[in-house]
This record gives sequence, structure tokens and C-alpha cells, in this order.
Amino acid sequence: MFHFEVVTNWIDALLREHLSEGWTLLIEFILIGVVILTVYSVLALILIYLERKVCAFFQCRIGPNRVGPFGVLQSVADMVKILLKEIIKINKVDPFLFRLACYLVIIASICTFGAIPFDKGLQAVDFNIGVFYLLAVSSIGVVGILIAGWSSNNKYTLIGAMRSGAQLISYELSCGLSLLAIVVLSGTMQLSQIVEQQADAWFIFKGHIPALIAFIIYLIAGHAETNRGPFDLPEAESELTAGYHTEYSGIQFGFFYLAEYLNMFIIAAIAATVFLGGWMPLHIPGWESFNGIMDYIPPVLWFLGKTFFCIFLALWVRWSFPRLRIDQLLSLEWKILMPISLINILLMTLLVL
Amino acid sequence: MKAIDDLLLQFPYATVEQKDKFYSVSVPKENIHETASALRNNDTVPFDFLIDIVGMDYGDTLGVIYILSSSLYPTYILRLKTETPEREDPLLDSLHELWDSAGLYEREVHDFFGIRFINHPDMRRLFLRQDWKGYPLRKDYDADPAINPIPMDNEDLDDMENIPVIEVNHGQKFEHQHKLFEADEYVVNFGPQHPATHGVLHLRVSLDGEIIKKIDPIFGYIHRGIEKMCETYAYPQMLHLPDRMDYVSGPINRHGLCLAIEKGLELEVPERAHYIRTIIDELGRIASHLLGWGCIAMDMGAITAFVYGMRDREKIMDIFEETCGGRLMANYSVIGGVMADIHPNFQRKVKEFIPYMRKMLKEHHLLFTGNPIARDRMDGVGYLSKEKAIALGATGPTGRASGWSNDIRKIEPYAAYPHVDFKEMLRTDGMTFDRYVIRLDEIAESLHIIEQLIDNIPEGDYAAKTKAVIRLPEGEYFQRVENARGEFDVYINSRGDKYPYRVKFRSPSMTLVNTLKAIAVETKVADLIMLGGSLDYVVPCIDR
Amino acid sequence: MDVKDIRIKNMKTEDFKENEYLEEYVRELRANGVNVVVSKLDDLINWGRSNSVWPLTFATSCCGIEFMCLGAARYDFARFGWEVTRNSPRQADVVFCCGTIVHKMAPVLKRLYEQMAEPKYVMAFGSCAISGGPFKKSYHTVMGVDQIIPVDVYIPGCPPRPDAMIYGMMQLARKIKLQEFFRLPKQPHPENQKEFTAAFNDTNENVEKGGNQ
Repeated sequence: MFHFEVVTNWIDALLREHLSEGWTLLIEFILIGVVILTVYSVLALILIYLERKVCAFFQCRIGPNRVGPFGVLQSVADMVKILLKEIIKINKVDPFLFRLACYLVIIASICTFGAIPFDKGLQAVDFNIGVFYLLAVSSIGVVGILIAGWSSNNKYTLIGAMRSGAQLISYELSCGLSLLAIVVLSGTMQLSQIVEQQADAWFIFKGHIPALIAFIIYLIAGHAETNRGPFDLPEAESELTAGYHTEYSGIQFGFFYLAEYLNMFIIAAIAATVFLGGWMPLHIPGWESFNGIMDYIPPVLWFLGKTFFCIFLALWVRWSFPRLRIDQLLSLEWKILMPISLINILLMTLLVL
Repeated sequence: MKAIDDLLLQFPYATVEQKDKFYSVSVPKENIHETASALRNNDTVPFDFLIDIVGMDYGDTLGVIYILSSSLYPTYILRLKTETPEREDPLLDSLHELWDSAGLYEREVHDFFGIRFINHPDMRRLFLRQDWKGYPLRKDYDADPAINPIPMDNEDLDDMENIPVIEVNHGQKFEHQHKLFEADEYVVNFGPQHPATHGVLHLRVSLDGEIIKKIDPIFGYIHRGIEKMCETYAYPQMLHLPDRMDYVSGPINRHGLCLAIEKGLELEVPERAHYIRTIIDELGRIASHLLGWGCIAMDMGAITAFVYGMRDREKIMDIFEETCGGRLMANYSVIGGVMADIHPNFQRKVKEFIPYMRKMLKEHHLLFTGNPIARDRMDGVGYLSKEKAIALGATGPTGRASGWSNDIRKIEPYAAYPHVDFKEMLRTDGMTFDRYVIRLDEIAESLHIIEQLIDNIPEGDYAAKTKAVIRLPEGEYFQRVENARGEFDVYINSRGDKYPYRVKFRSPSMTLVNTLKAIAVETKVADLIMLGGSLDYVVPCIDR
Repeated sequence: MDVKDIRIKNMKTEDFKENEYLEEYVRELRANGVNVVVSKLDDLINWGRSNSVWPLTFATSCCGIEFMCLGAARYDFARFGWEVTRNSPRQADVVFCCGTIVHKMAPVLKRLYEQMAEPKYVMAFGSCAISGGPFKKSYHTVMGVDQIIPVDVYIPGCPPRPDAMIYGMMQLARKIKLQEFFRLPKQPHPENQKEFTAAFNDTNENVEKGGNQ
């Protein structure tokens, strides 16, 4: 099996051979920053294209097919356009907060992105409190949304922001609790170790029914956290025109747009990492030859394959279901998902004991 | 009918005329309120359904015609007329407390004719801007664009919110104004440009958090003055206008206008034309309901359902295109028949479409009706009782979902409807879900109607011969047809000229917006949008 | 340096019926000459801009239904990348003016146009938006949206078929492709808005009329 660990270690060794500790770190930081930002934006473009194609597929349409082969350059064209759009100065907004909001949203999403293990060694930060870090950083985004809604001085955005605040804070709970079930099972919060532990079988198989329940709850809650249908109340198009980002134009809106898609990727990636074994190939105990074949597929592909499977699930739900109402949304969380998650943790604890 | 004759005997001051099932009652303006309440609140024939109010400029006097019907005897129609010689500041008694729908209609009359209604709670203009000069449907209106140039600034909010009220006490006139919204209310504008208002309706909504406290609909953002234009057009010329009012069920509107003119001319329309018109109408109804189904789904956030509805609608558009020549605007009915004979492919395509649509209906039910989120959203929201539906004049699928049997195709069968066997779809609960599902049921029923007609189109002419210049004999003509949204009525007042003296269209959508106002209070913002979708109004039909 | 041809990938130049305005525009550009670097950059930018035009969901009446058909399964303008309809004018590039504009709506439309971010375009859909159409005799209709806002493409029809709408979209794409991004007229200060609108109407000569049924 080829791991990216080899490459990263080689770069590290090379730099250390010629430079002092400080310079090495500096260069590595810059390198990682550049790589993350590039991968981030490329992934966003891919995701936007994917969503438009998948949506077209569900709606018996063709979807973008004119710009580049099969329309793959469509989102590149969109990016070029959106970079050049005018950023409108709006009277009576709070200028500082108005500008800050979109950065907060995208910073939260990039920070979370850095903690995702794409492969062994291909992970920017590998804290020993990885899961905790993910939860903590991703919830900064809601502050950005709240600020965006409030500072825009618009009634639609304010309603959107308030909805989003209520929604994200509630669903953060089930999200955290369902991840906690796996933390109980694995006994560690470090993402790399969580993946390593799934070498023989993925947690969704290893953890029996509680892991399955946790996975489903995580998918629902995670989907809600990305603000996408049927949980897209903060930007409910038919109700609030464009929700909390109604007043944003040009690249400021582009940041919200990017963050929305990347958040979808991040949620799917965490689901893949924690429940579906991350970059670990599918191994079935006892079937040695089968396991051997599976090992030939590069781990990055395994990881991306699982992630895109989860993304496809999310898109499927997004394009088939109508939107919930705010009270139904909150009662789903507080009356159904949360109690189940709590009981689920208890079950998992019993299982581990 | 004897009961009505007896009832009318109570009013010695009234002049009564009767022609078949049409009663025409003229009363002096002092007695209008008394007469109307006696007609409304009696036990034998309560005239509880106010079909429409027609404002009239008779030249020297201004008048109002209340067109009434009873839910017990829906075939009888009573026209209650009154007039005032005053032209400077005409005042009449308001009847808004007798029928819930009267309030909006009276505002419309005020807007067009300048008649003000005493004790009416809201005497703002309905369609035109509050600062508009003149009353356009009066015969002496000056349409010089210099008087009313294109405004470049938005309407003043103060003007829009100040509600004038006129009261008369012991012959003394009092005028006062009050504000619609308090200063500390959180008022949100939905529209005029909003993705979910089905056109350019403007709803000013006062919110408490997510809960709706007060709704103030503002119309007129697409008011094109169709009724005034009709007065300057010869009869064949005005046919294209009703198509463009409720454009989603355009063929039916146009059919209604043709029927009204044919009634006046006493023209014998060939049976073949009747059959073709009926099939086209029903196809139009299916197209309209498919769009309505898609829109309610889209208002709830399910965009895929909307695209599915549009996909099936394209099949009907193909059929229209071949036979009528137009997609959305069929422009097919003409006075005396239809524009052209059916295309050779017409029958084959329609027969292919029926099984296809039946299959797709199943799929639509599977996609959306059975969806738990959709059911949760629609259940228990937006209750409309039968009495309220009648009082509001909420005709069509909305009224039928509440159990009010109001299908004109059954009450007064026109065209080929007497020859077909079909059920009137009725539900009893009056919930959002009933209004939703009744549309899908009506699609199935329309398919059933088409199936009976398509193979039996009689041979013969597709249109009767008409004179080059059509003059309608002096008199009043009234025709009711069942549009996809409810009762669409045409009222023509002719003085024997090439041009009509007054034309009035009853828009089914106008009362539906009034219904929205009644059922959406105390629900949430998301429900408001969904309820709007379930009522399925078309704004250009309201504004005309 | 040769100024670019008026060519888009989606449709051949010969297939367009109205080319005069654009050809005139190209000749003008050729006469002025263009800096090589700027021109190459312009090519890239215009490739992006002409392939990513996000319409505002704005429809007043009948043409709106045909606009919806355009977005639905049969005609699917997503193929050209136009399907990202934005509900907020701040994020839209083009306003499809579908339907009659009346006196009461005129200030609203004008405001929507002013709320959009540069560069922005307007397409007048249907005869009402072009000239008042069947409502020419009305007391309350604006006889063409170009009395309120500058229009880039006119699409006749009542309502135009979705095919005609696609033709109009392609015309707009060609126009965008020809423009020099760095010399686009900029939105003036709101106080000068009136003069700006007037000036823009004067320069409307090099606007093409698209679509012919």
C-alpha cells in the first residue's frame, strides 16, 4: 500500500537536512497553507459541478454540458465571473461586521478542512483531541452567519440568521453526541488513531447497532448543519429570498457559496473517517485474497470514494424532500434525535464494557 | 322561483325584472343596506355567495351592481343594483359586513369609479397608486400620460399605510385616517419581487418572531387596465385579453368570453366546436393543475417535484402547439367556434397522453403526497370552513376542498359538459392537504372527461359564420365558466354598439388572496408561503 | 492585433439572424486597437462571464411561465450554465424582464436594477416588455422597459417560445464576449443616476435585437 506519508516525510527530511528548525517549520507551514487552500477551492469547484449534474439527473435534465467537455469547466467559469463581480457598498450596514462575517464562515470551514485525514500522513493537524477540535472549530461558522444576518440591516437576513442560530446550535448537539459514541468505542479522540483502529473492520460494522444508529443520526444532524435542504431554513429560497446572505454580492457571496459546499464535503468526510474507516480499505476478516486486492486501491481513493458516497446521499435527500418548518425542525432535534443519541451512548458504553 | 319572488315582495321600493333564472333588482341607494341584509340573512333563500361587484358609469349617474347567488340554489343569480347621481363625491353604504369578500370588491369600485363606501374599514385604492389622479373606468377619464407620468420613485409608505374611513352620522360626514401598523411592529415585505408570491403580489406581513400577526395584501403591480381597454375594442379584438389574465388556464377564460358574446348574439355554435373547446379546456385545466402542484411543492422547497410537473405539462403544450398554434397562449376559441380545425395528430396525441398522465399521477403521489415531511407540513394548517369559504367567495378547488359544491360545470353545464359523465371532486376537511390533493384528483377526473369526448367529436363545421362587424344587442350578458382556480365570470353591458359599454371579469384569484389573509394569521412564515401555494392564485388575473 | 471574432461555442455565427449591431461594434473595436495583454486577459474574463450568467428570478406575468419552462426538463438552460437563478438581485447578473411592466411596478424594477452588482444586463422578454405589446392602449402600462432601464437584448413574442429565449441568451453571451471588461461603463453615483440612465439610453444603439419568431 502506498501512503502519502512517504512523500511528506521525505519533504520534511529534505528541509531539515539543509535548514534550521525554524525555517523548516516556516516553509512547511506555508506549503501546507498553499496546498490546503488549493485543494479547498478545487474541491469546491468539483462539488458545485457535481451538485449541478446530480440535481439535473434527479430532475430528468442534462445539466451543464457546454463549457468544456461535459461541462466540467462550468464552475471555473462561475469562479472567474464571481471574482470580478462588483462588491456593492450598502448604506446603513455595519461595515466592519458585514465584511468580517464572510471571512469567519470560510475560516471556520478551512480550519475544519485541515484536520481531515485524507491518507496516512496527509493531514495538516493531527491533534490528540481531533474530534473535539472538529466540533469546536466548525461551530465558529454559526457566529459568522449570525453576524452576517445581523449586520446586513435587512429583515430577511435577520430572520434567516436567527433560524440558523437555533438550528445549528441544536443540531451541533446530536452531531457531537453521535461522534461521542464512536469515541467511546475507540477510546481515542485522535482522528489518525480512529482510522488506524478500523484496519480490521470499520466502526460501522464493529460497533454493532449503536454505531449504525450513531451513523444515521450523524448523517441527519450533519446534513442539517450544512444548511442544505430539507434543512435549508436559514436561506429558504421561497421564503426569505436568499436568507442570511441576501445582501452579499461578488466574492463575499462567493465565500458563503464556497463554504456551503465545502461544509457538505467536510461533514461527509468526517462521516467517512469516523464510521466508514477513513482511508482504510474494506477488509473482511478471513478473506485474505479479497483483502489483498482491496489493498491495491490507493487509500486516497478509498477516502474520496466513501466521502463522495456520503455526499451523494446528501444530494439525494436535498433534491427529493420538501423543507421542514422551524418548529418541526427543532422538535425533530430535541424530542427525537437528542434522546436517541443519549440512549445510544449508553448502549455503546455497555457494549464496550 | 317562488321563494325568491316572495322574498322580493318585501321590498316595495324595488324594481324587479326577471329573465329565466336571472333576477335584476334595482333599489334606491338609501335602501341598499336594508335590502342586502334581508337577502343575505333570510332562512328560505339566503344569498350567501357574493359573486362579484360591478361598478358602473351610466353616464350621468354612477352605480354598483352586486351579483349574488345562494349556495342552496346555485343556479339562480340576483343582480342587486343601486346608483347615485352625485359625481363629485359619490357615497354609498358599504356591505362589507354581510359578505367577507365585499371589502375587496368595494375597494376595487372605489379605485375605478371613485365611489366611496360609508363605514368601509379600509377605503384605500386597490390597484392604482394612492397618488394616482382620476378614476380610470369613468367615461370622462382623461388618459393623458402627462397627468399620470411613469413614477420613478417608490410609493410613499405613509400613503400605503394610512387607511381612510368615512362615516356618516345624522347626515353629517366624518372622515378620519388611521395607521395600519403600529410603530413597533416588525413588518416584512413579501414581494412585489419575491420568488414565492406567484407573480407580483405584495404582502406586508407583521411578524412576531416567526408567527404572522397581520397581513396586508397590496395589488396592482401588474394592473394593465384590461377592462378599460375592452371598452375601446370591438368584440373579436378583445378576445386575446382574457387569455392574458389567468394565463395558466387561458383557454377557459377565452372560452368564457366567447360564450358570453355568443349568448348575446344568440348564435348557434356547432357541436363540433363545443367538443373541441371542452377538450382544450380540460387539457388547459390539467396543465394549470400540474403547474399548481409544482408550485406548492416548490413553495415547500421540493424543486424536483416542480420540474416533474413542468415536464408533464410540456406534453400538453405540444398538443396545443400543433392544434392551436400557440403554446401558452392558445388563442383558440373565437366567436362562433374555434379558430381552426383540429390537427390530424390531435386525437392520437391526446389518446397517448391520457395513459401517460395516469402513470405520472401515480409517480407524483409517490414523490410528494406520501412524503412524511410534506404530510407533516400540510396537515392541520390553514383550516377553511365551508361557511367561511362561501362568505369569502373562495370558489374552485379551494371551496370544494372545504365541501362547498361550486363546480360551474355541474351547476350550469356549458359547451360539451352536458354530454359527459363526471364527478365533482369534493372533500370535507378544508385543510391544506385537501386543497393540495383535490388538484391531483381533478387531473384524473379531467382525463376521464377527455377520454369520453376524444373519440366522439362530431363531424361538421368547427365554427359558425358570423357577421364581419359584430354588434351585441342592448342588454346585460353574464356567463360563468369553471376556470382551474374557480369561477370565472364575464359580465358584458352592451348598448348595441360595436364596442361593449362595460366589461367586467370576475377573477377567482382575488377572493383567494382574501382567503389567504383569513387563514394565514397565527401561522408561521413558512406556512404563509405554503398556503399561498395551496390556494394557487395567479396575480395578473387579480389585477387585470 | 486582431480583435476577436464574434463567435461562441454554442451556436454558429451563420445561424444568427441579426449580426449587424455586433459587427459594427467589432469594427469599432478594431479601429481603436487593443493592447495585447489586456486583450488576452479580456478573453479569459469574457469566457468566464459569458458562460456564467445568473438570472434574477423576476417575472410579472405570462412570460414568467415560459421562463419556468426554460428551466425545466425540456429546454433546460442549465446546459449553458444559466440555471443558477438567484432570488437576491445582489447576486444576479442579468434580469430577465418577463412580462408587462406597469406604472406601479416601474419604480420597483428600477430599484431592482440598481441593486444589482456590475456588470449587469437586462433582457426584455416578450412584446409587453419591449413596447407595451397587447396593452399598448392601456392607461397604466409602461410602453417598454427601456423607458426605465437600459436593455441589452429584446426577445419578441407573446410570450416568446423557450427556443427564442435561448436564442436571446446566446445573443447576450456574444455581446458579453465582445465587451472589454476594463472599459465597461461603471455605475455612477446615485445622484447622477438620472443623467446616467439618459446617457445609457443614447448609447443603446449598439444593442442587438434578438430572436425572431
